[in-house]
Amino acid sequence: MEIDYSKHKQVVVIYPHPDDESFGTAGTVVKFREAGVPVTYLCGTLGEMGRNMGSPFFANRETLPEIRKQELIKACKEIDMDLQMLGYRDKTMEFEDEQKVADDLRQRIEELDASLVITFYPPHAVHPDHNAMGRAAFRAIRDMDAEKRPEVWANAISNGHEEILGSPDIVVDTKTVFQKKLNALKAHKSQIDGMLQKVRKGNEELSEFDLALRHFRYETYHTVNFNE
Amino acid sequence: MESINLNKVQEYLDQWTNKPVYVHVETTNGAYAKHFDANAYNVGAYVRNAQITYTQGKIVEQEGAYRVGLKHEIGWIYAEGLTDFEFNENNQLLMAGHDADGRLMVAMQLSEKPFNY
Ligand SMILES: [Zn+2]
Repeated sequence: MEIDYSKHKQVVVIYPHPDDESFGTAGTVVKFREAGVPVTYLCGTLGEMGRNMGSPFFANRETLPEIRKQELIKACKEIDMDLQMLGYRDKTMEFEDEQKVADDLRQRIEELDASLVITFYPPHAVHPDHNAMGRAAFRAIRDMDAEKRPEVWANAISNGHEEILGSPDIVVDTKTVFQKKLNALKAHKSQIDGMLQKVRKGNEELSEFDLALRHFRYETYHTVNFNE
Repeated sequence: MESINLNKVQEYLDQWTNKPVYVHVETTNGAYAKHFDANAYNVGAYVRNAQITYTQGKIVEQEGAYRVGLKHEIGWIYAEGLTDFEFNENNQLLMAGHDADGRLMVAMQLSEKPFNY
């Protein structure tokens, strides 16, 4: 399917963690930006409870939030995306009052006058924060007036989700913009280095670009219709 | 952080004996353990900013990893698998255990003032 990026007027990306945007949607964001469409990231937390501390590790539990905040700002710059940080704490999103989170999201979505929202598809997003953020985003959109309601593209990443949801409706090949996606990924130094080292094993001959491209090339979404 | 020095950590623990401190304790095998291995399942727990006054704090070494136990009036706090420590500019004693890839598996931290949110 050929995607007409320029038909949208404002995209809002909703995920809980710094780096979710770079893994899940950075290439898509670049394509929207190249089509002149503004994109804003509503990032739930600062990934304060992340296990990855860099490889070799350079962060600790108390320095990690500020490090990841700076990484997030840098990553958003690499793909020219606006950023709003929502101030929740990593690993606790599912224990927040879902309606309150949804109300906050709805207000921001309406203020930005979004024509498209990109978020995780609950409960097919593995991490409890991913599912909680996706649930709150879905609720926010359900709560909106039908005529203001944006289109929704949702990332499903759990094993076996295709048996339930079917194949993704939208597959974005990020190859032509992959250098920017890689720059965004690499901005998350505390998180990405260990991962790249892991997938490097057995692929020593590949360049960093080709190695990353192999793993992070395609961004896939299921469209969700709230109007029925 | 640097590798744990038992004597140094013991001195830091001793300074807060019988004084109220805030404790952060956590352990986790990550939110993706089951995702990558169907036979595994995710475990984890964390406590942030519980206030305790311990009557005895002690660090013990076994085969290169450390355990810390804090005895207080009505119970205990304990962590195992600690390997690294730092006493930072905010007078916080941070201790953590990392796996071979540098990922945090366990942490115990003490501070006179509450940890940030
Ligand atoms: Zn995440």
